[in-house]
Amino acid sequence: MAIEQVVINGMVLGCIIALSAIGLTVTYRILNFANFAHGDFVTLGAYIAFLFSAILGLNFLAACALAIAAAALFSVGLDCLIWKPMRSKGASSTALMILSIGLAICLRNLIVFVFTPDIERFPLPVKEGMTLGGVVITPYQVAVTAVAVVLMFAVHYLLRKTSIGLAMRALSDNMDLARVSGIDVDRVVRYTWATGMALAAAAGILYGLITNINPNMGWFMVIPIFAAVILGGIGNPYGAMMGGIIIGLSQELSTLILPSEYKIAVSFFIMIVVLLVKPKGLMGGG
Amino acid sequence: MLRVDNVVAGYTDVDILHGVSIQIDKNEIVTVIGPNGAGKSTLMKTIIGLTKFRGGEILFGGESIVGMRPDKIVRKGMGYVPQERNIFPTLTVLENLEIGVFVDRGCLDENLGEVLRIFPELRGRLHQKTGTMSGGEQKMVAVGRALITEPALLLLDEPSSALSPKLRDLLFQKIEAINETGTAITMVEQNAKKALAISDRGYILEMGKNRFEGEGKSLLEDADVRGLYLGG
Repeated sequence: MAIEQVVINGMVLGCIIALSAIGLTVTYRILNFANFAHGDFVTLGAYIAFLFSAILGLNFLAACALAIAAAALFSVGLDCLIWKPMRSKGASSTALMILSIGLAICLRNLIVFVFTPDIERFPLPVKEGMTLGGVVITPYQVAVTAVAVVLMFAVHYLLRKTSIGLAMRALSDNMDLARVSGIDVDRVVRYTWATGMALAAAAGILYGLITNINPNMGWFMVIPIFAAVILGGIGNPYGAMMGGIIIGLSQELSTLILPSEYKIAVSFFIMIVVLLVKPKGLMGGG
Repeated sequence: MLRVDNVVAGYTDVDILHGVSIQIDKNEIVTVIGPNGAGKSTLMKTIIGLTKFRGGEILFGGESIVGMRPDKIVRKGMGYVPQERNIFPTLTVLENLEIGVFVDRGCLDENLGEVLRIFPELRGRLHQKTGTMSGGEQKMVAVGRALITEPALLLLDEPSSALSPKLRDLLFQKIEAINETGTAITMVEQNAKKALAISDRGYILEMGKNRFEGEGKSLLEDADVRGLYLGG
């Protein structure tokens, strides 16, 4: 495959990893635990969109919007049911992480139970790729990149220009101080989950657009997502975006010289090298 | 304005305060001193709602604030500056102050002027990240963040810690200036002499209990207090 083609594929994959990584990095920093269920949140988003579009027959865009909203609502429910009670009991970050692994397995099996383990596709026509200078780009790849870029700018706007974004940044700096500064911390945490989950759901839908939908799609992505988070610096959403692009690109570029089974190893090798040079990640964990 | 009555509290199941009582009236400066481990910081955290409360009563403006969430207590007109980790380092000075008025962002412009009148040093630095500032400047941001809501009562936990003697004197001047605007102040201080000198009244805690109390100046002159707590 031509190098340009691989770069395009890598960028598209990178955009999807980047979107997923934003939510993971923000909850990681604020709630101080690694949420292994995040990959299955990605899967869940894709399946809810599949439910609304393929099974209930809604217009595809409406189904996506509804799926993102439903997923965000679901994460707020999870916070009320699981995370908040665990926080108020003073659960350790290890306990929360193990719990998230359990939640991941439950979610995945629930999806298998409801939707069967079969590979599914969104009810969309197959579109022929456009050839531009020897590179084939499908309309779906263009759509994925455009949506991902718009959502990343939306995250930037949320964090920098809105008061809830300011509160989120304050929480990730110093949760106790936020609490005694008059911020309703639980409310901001719910908004944080909802934002992270909405982005994960969007990433799941976008991934489904360029590949397919299956119960393991998110679980297989969780490792590159973590790599992106750590590479960019834990807690830094901009770092997660950059980390996602780097991981996506490096995974695809590695296929030029190595069999594609080694993709994930290559991205991890890059992560390790970067961490040896900059232990706090590229964007310093701030 | 604030009445802490026979309060028992701690962080885990172990009590640190074993029945502490203090009172702060309008416009007063009250200092709480005592040896390490006396429960001074715990007292501050208990008032703002950060500890496990097991007995007694805390009235603020005549209303019980026991069991209330910290953000609700702040809304009732109390400000609190912790001893450490008292700024948001990746946020700019202005953003730190904005967090202070998160409750009511409408009053930012109005109250910002007042904070900058007391801390003119911050005027040209509003867009600097506080993590890159000196310890003294960070302390000003921390106090400014609590002050911008125009609290009726400001709680300061070791405000002069880790400051040079010169900055310490400057900070005590600022505390007096804040008090002159009608804000009552309760502080916990290692630097007991300087703090008592500007205080209307003082309390001395030991082992989580009241030991002495009195007017700031009379505590400074008391032979027992001097010998035991003020280093002679």
